[in-house]
Amino acid sequence: MRLELDAITKRFGSLVANDKVSLTVEPGEIHCLLGENGAGKSTLMNVLFGLLHADSGAIRIDGGAVRFADPGEAVRHGIGMVHQHFMLVPVFTAAENVVLGFEPTRPLGLLDRRRARADIRRLSVEFGLEVDPDAVVETLPVGVQQRVEILKALQRDARLLILDEPTAVLTPQETEALFSIMQSLKRSGRSILFITHKLKEVLSIADRITVMRLGKVVGATTPQEVDESELAAMMVGRDVELVVRKAESHPGEPVLELRNLRVVDERGVAVVDGVDLEVRAGEIVALAGVQGNGQTELAEAVTRLRPVSSGSIRLAGEDLTRASPREVIRAGVAHVPEDRQEDGLVLGMTVADNLVLDIYDVAPFAAHGVRDLARVRGNGETKLSEFDIRAPSADVAVGTLSGGNQQKVVVARELSRPVKLLLASQPTRGLDVGSIEYVHGRVVAARDAGSAVLVISSELDEVLALGDRIAVMYRGRITGIVGPGTGREEIGLMMAGVTVPPAEAPSTAGDGGAAGAGDTGDGGPHAGPAGGGAGKASGDPAPGKGSTR
Amino acid sequence: MRAERVVSIARVRGMGIFLGLISLVMLLPFGFEVPARTEATFEISQAPALPVPALSMDVRLVSVVLGLVTAALCGVLVLRRSTRGAYAVFTAGVLCFLWSFLVWVGRGNSLNFVALLGLSLISATPIVYGSLSGVLCERSGVVNIAIEGQFLLGAFCAVVVDSATGSLWAGVAAGAAVGALLGWVLAFLALRYGADQIIVGVLIDAFALGFTNYMLEQVLSPHENLNSPGTFPAVALPGLSRIPIVGPILFDQNVFVYGAAMLLVLVNVALFRTRWGLRVRAVGEHPQAAATVGIHVLSVRYRNVVLGGLVAGLGGAALSIGSTGQFSQDMSAGLGFVALAAMIFGRWRPYGALGAALLFGFARSLVGFLGVLGVAIPAPFLSMAPYVITIAVVAGLVGRVRPPGADGVPYRAE
Ligand SMILES: Nc1ncnc2c1ncn2[C@@H]1O[C@H](COP(=O)(O)OP(=O)(O)O)[C@@H](O)[C@H]1O
Ligand SMILES: [Mg+2]
Repeated sequence: MRLELDAITKRFGSLVANDKVSLTVEPGEIHCLLGENGAGKSTLMNVLFGLLHADSGAIRIDGGAVRFADPGEAVRHGIGMVHQHFMLVPVFTAAENVVLGFEPTRPLGLLDRRRARADIRRLSVEFGLEVDPDAVVETLPVGVQQRVEILKALQRDARLLILDEPTAVLTPQETEALFSIMQSLKRSGRSILFITHKLKEVLSIADRITVMRLGKVVGATTPQEVDESELAAMMVGRDVELVVRKAESHPGEPVLELRNLRVVDERGVAVVDGVDLEVRAGEIVALAGVQGNGQTELAEAVTRLRPVSSGSIRLAGEDLTRASPREVIRAGVAHVPEDRQEDGLVLGMTVADNLVLDIYDVAPFAAHGVRDLARVRGNGETKLSEFDIRAPSADVAVGTLSGGNQQKVVVARELSRPVKLLLASQPTRGLDVGSIEYVHGRVVAARDAGSAVLVISSELDEVLALGDRIAVMYRGRITGIVGPGTGREEIGLMMAGVTVPPAEAPSTAGDGGAAGAGDTGDGGPHAGPAGGGAGKASGDPAPGKGSTR
Repeated sequence: MRAERVVSIARVRGMGIFLGLISLVMLLPFGFEVPARTEATFEISQAPALPVPALSMDVRLVSVVLGLVTAALCGVLVLRRSTRGAYAVFTAGVLCFLWSFLVWVGRGNSLNFVALLGLSLISATPIVYGSLSGVLCERSGVVNIAIEGQFLLGAFCAVVVDSATGSLWAGVAAGAAVGALLGWVLAFLALRYGADQIIVGVLIDAFALGFTNYMLEQVLSPHENLNSPGTFPAVALPGLSRIPIVGPILFDQNVFVYGAAMLLVLVNVALFRTRWGLRVRAVGEHPQAAATVGIHVLSVRYRNVVLGGLVAGLGGAALSIGSTGQFSQDMSAGLGFVALAAMIFGRWRPYGALGAALLFGFARSLVGFLGVLGVAIPAPFLSMAPYVITIAVVAGLVGRVRPPGADGVPYRAE
């Protein structure tokens, strides 16, 4: 189908999320929509899909104007959408999710499960989308959940498929597999609107590219006409450095030592399963891995927000295995948590108060149980300029700041104490390029000042840019520790559970042996107690070859 | 839907220790401390079933044997390494205890066992309606705390309308209608205006209590004829009701009991096998996902909350014209909350809720029997027992059950 968006405008209050956005998707084309977080890409797609209603502008399909009151109408017009945050019911089976809203029935409204299964099998074979119709979705790896989403669109005869940041949650191998699925969809004549902020992907798969910035279209081009740095400049609005500048590291004494660390979650599953890891003063260890393989729990264990089942945590020789979070802070651990809005800040409180959350009750900010508010405010104003936090004043609620500035508040607070270890989880998730540069700069500066740094990230680019050593986690175990020069491909394999045995890696093989190269990183701990058998899915780039049990 | 019941080893141990303690009670006070050759007689014959001889048991012998069995089951649980089958073992132990308790209570006496179970079923019936109401609402993501109020007002209206018109069926319709009306109020305030579901529900309960108290005092007391309804008679199903023991219990009941059974099956099939049910559950688990496939989340919730109110209103009618007849002050007495507890214990599934409802119904009618047998425990204490059992069951045995993903979470389009 040929889709035209003509001067779409969508406002949220005073914010113009889409400002006269126009673009055209030709039949059988893969059209990339590129833009930073917050550029308005998801908003535009939600308008197109009938989830939001444009304030002005028109949508035309094959020349005819259409208006969608709700997603049901968009679907009836042949539009399918794979949302950035999957729209799957976790406790339903794949088949139930695929047919929901479009159910084949027998008399009396009874579900026709047999036909549902058959439909899925047929589409699976046609497009190389391996999915077990009877698997409960929450037990499936993310990559397979995504296929369920795609099947959902195909089952409704989508002729235009919107993929909103589909690669954000995938390993490099899963991304390859997705791309080959996209190619086969394209061959069948379907159009694809592919949304991303990753430049390499755009260049490798797009037929045409539209770039958005701050709600506006700032350019349209093709992969033949541009290179990565030109695209980056279009996206950000100025020239950007795509590499992090840092000098050779000079590691000193070990600061953080994890020995055989095990963490068991509420359901009794070992989410961190015997991790040995050492981080030295003056080095950055980047912990890579697909989300959900135990990194979050590892960070929570180290900061003592989660109980440790066995093993030990030592910081500069001091045993912290049973310490309280407060003792961990006082021992010199700075923590930039994964979810800054949940765990890093109290959104309703002021910037100044958030900056002293860790030391509000001690001198100089309090005496005899009474807080010294003047000093708290003074400290706030100082930090605003020191850390380049863009806020009207230190007295505004931190929740009113943009994501990048919120993260700067967290970083400012955490780096304002003597730091032996900086533990940063997904430190740049959802930030704009400017803030990313800033946060990376601070992380490197902390290292150069002699702190040990552990960065946990599921962004491969970030891992490669920051890590002096790179450790890869898969299903609660470290599958290997490699040097900074290691190739993306190799790290991608390790993220999928394949153990690479370099000299440096203390051999803590995962159950990778049996998994094989085609076995993608699955949800790890989320795969549930069924362990090995559950949720192994193929990420084999060749469509149709994989198997899902 | 696979709402797994998560049992930890520690919980299994706890259940084992509990069995150990009750086995001591069975061995000592119920067993060896009872004079030898004391007998308890269980009457198990009741019209219209074919007669069967009564069951006489030696109290000491039965209790000691059952006590030893329970002690063995305790050993099984405490020493066990896996958690599988723990509930079955535990349930067996508790049944042994109940048996021994009944024998002990009935010592030197005769107790009509069939009547006890028949009464249990009647007591359980309103709870079944209530928990089905809860299932209907919560599976779509709305918490219905107003069941208690829907019971009370349903019971009241059923009584008044029946008394005024002389038609029991008009009473049933009135109960259902007022329940649905209260459901609509909840839906309107909670869904249209996003008011807090729990608070609206509690207010509905408070309103129903205040309103019925007032009406009882101001209208029903001066006009006795408005509080003199009939009650539905038991209808013996031909053939089936003549089966010894189970016949009178299951097949000689009133329409509310039969209705509850049919509704139970109907809701279960509708929820788990139909398109309607799939959509309801999707709305209760992940409303955004449902909305993206074109399901109108708020309409689904609206309909289910009104439907749930209707079912709870039927439960209220069952409470008055389905059993005692007259309306009395606060006659629902917290049963609406018990129904919610039964729903949770039943993991938001109709059949699961049935089990919990039966347990509670049994406890309630047992209390009645104990009064008749003259057991020396003060009556107010006894009537607390069913609630204590409910709390114990919900808190101790349920383990971690998983409610529908969006249960009680308001939904906003855009
Ligand atoms: N429902 C909403 N209400 C208010 N603001 C919103 C809403 N959805 C998105 N926004 C804002 O609109 C802008 C564009 O967001 P979005 O479309 O999600 O960006 P992208 O997908 O390109 O990262 C952001 O500033 C975001 O905060
Ligand atoms: Mg987005």
